[in-house]
Amino acid sequence: MTFHITVGGRQVPVVPGQTIGAALHAAGVRSWRSTRFGGRPRGLFCGIGVCFDCLISVNGRPPERACLLEAAPGDEVTTA
Amino acid sequence: MTYDLLVAGGGPAGVAGALTAALAGLRVALVDSGQRLGGQYFRHTAADETGPGAKPDLARFLRQARALEARADVLLRHQAWNVSREPDGDLVLRCVTRNGDGERVAELRGRRLLIATGAHDRPLPFPGWDLPGVLTAGGAQALLKGSGVVAGRRVVVSGTGPFLLPVAAGLAAAGARVLGVHEANGGLGLARHPLHALSKAGEAAGYAAALARHRVPYRTRQAVVAAHGDREVEAVTLARLDAAWNVLATRVVECDTVAVGYGFVPQIELGTQLGCATRHDADGSPVLAVDAALRTSVPGVWAAGEPTGVAGWRPAETEGRVAGYAIAADAGRPATAGPDGVPAVLARRRERGRAFGAALQRAYPVMPGWRTWLRDDTLVCRCEEVPLARVREAQALGATGARAVKLLARPGMGWCQGRICGYAVSCLAGEPPQPPRRPIAQPVTLGALAELTTDQDESTARRPSGGLP
Repeated sequence: MTFHITVGGRQVPVVPGQTIGAALHAAGVRSWRSTRFGGRPRGLFCGIGVCFDCLISVNGRPPERACLLEAAPGDEVTTA
Repeated sequence: MTYDLLVAGGGPAGVAGALTAALAGLRVALVDSGQRLGGQYFRHTAADETGPGAKPDLARFLRQARALEARADVLLRHQAWNVSREPDGDLVLRCVTRNGDGERVAELRGRRLLIATGAHDRPLPFPGWDLPGVLTAGGAQALLKGSGVVAGRRVVVSGTGPFLLPVAAGLAAAGARVLGVHEANGGLGLARHPLHALSKAGEAAGYAAALARHRVPYRTRQAVVAAHGDREVEAVTLARLDAAWNVLATRVVECDTVAVGYGFVPQIELGTQLGCATRHDADGSPVLAVDAALRTSVPGVWAAGEPTGVAGWRPAETEGRVAGYAIAADAGRPATAGPDGVPAVLARRRERGRAFGAALQRAYPVMPGWRTWLRDDTLVCRCEEVPLARVREAQALGATGARAVKLLARPGMGWCQGRICGYAVSCLAGEPPQPPRRPIAQPVTLGALAELTTDQDESTARRPSGGLP
């Protein structure tokens, strides 16, 4: 049932139906970008698509909200 | 094609409203940003839909959802970003949705609109609240309900309101060590929890038993007032508070996760885009003003659930049904002889639900002492990284209201459009939160907008390419 996505070269397991953000959080990856000014780490906060803290680039696309985006087999995630 | 009814939001209110109207014979389309129907309360995993294990309330919701999908167009992963009234009187709801590796805009046209867009957590800033591992209470709940992920191993739950109880109970049942539920209000304790006074004794007792079973302490007049850590949260400062939430004493507790929530912010921007009248609810939130049939001040536009005032899922579902009946009657298909086509029993239940919501809001106010938890360098706005000092600076320069503070210091100018910090900035500016002004309520790429102008007819009311679950 479980498949994998690639996060900065590392394999992260995903249960089908999980979001990218949930899979990363479950794997102990709790931040995946830095803020523009202070370089502060950001990951999940509101978890429901409101705060935009969890923006992430998947398969080279422009940043999307990791908490809304369902993971697909073979997804490659770029961490900043 | 023009639908009889467009519904924004696939939670308890939206699904109940859409189903009621569809059963009356109306052509209905419902959009929701999620992968599955359910909204926040009935958020569920893919396995919950096929497995036998769903709890009774969720199982009932899922049956409603299946019934709706058989009778209406349900468009998931559609984020509504704008609605407008066309010259011919129709309403056009614009959504952004994924299309392979790109984005596209879908336009839906309808004679009526039901706004059932729910609410999101209302956080308060405190030092370290932007450290990874600090989540909103709803965020921790969403991880668990939607993806089956436990937010952390050692979790502190803090804030105010009855929602903290199911969050803590859920985390503990899923294997997290919940170090405590710290309710900033109260003084009553779980045995005399206000839920008892609101005829919700069974619900409160259930959570109390769950917390006791997992040895989770429930402490009133306490709160997390700071989070500490380098790259993520490693500890929090817990404070004992006075009635106004000023700090009396503190201690530091090691943890890897914090779940915080201080009530909810109803999502009303589709209503304000159309010019619907608003009012301030008991908790200070701007909400859409509605009559007994849940009509807003704009003809053809109804609202149900949290956008009319936060009260939880049961009153939201009731309101959805009331609105569904009223909309069916408006379309010339009244299901009953009651006023506005609404069955009297439902109208009474809706009144009780509204009273319940107002009582809850009064029992769990946000008290002004939280402002003393902030330091000069505490971020108020997470998106634009605006610390308290810059808000104070703007005020010293003459900014007297939240809007002037925003224009000078930029809190609320980032990605979230002030959804997260808006309440706090209003409090700091000394005024009640104002209704949102967000003509574009979700980020939309210029490419998707360009497609809209050239591909209008073809993109209207097309189902998502992935099909329905």
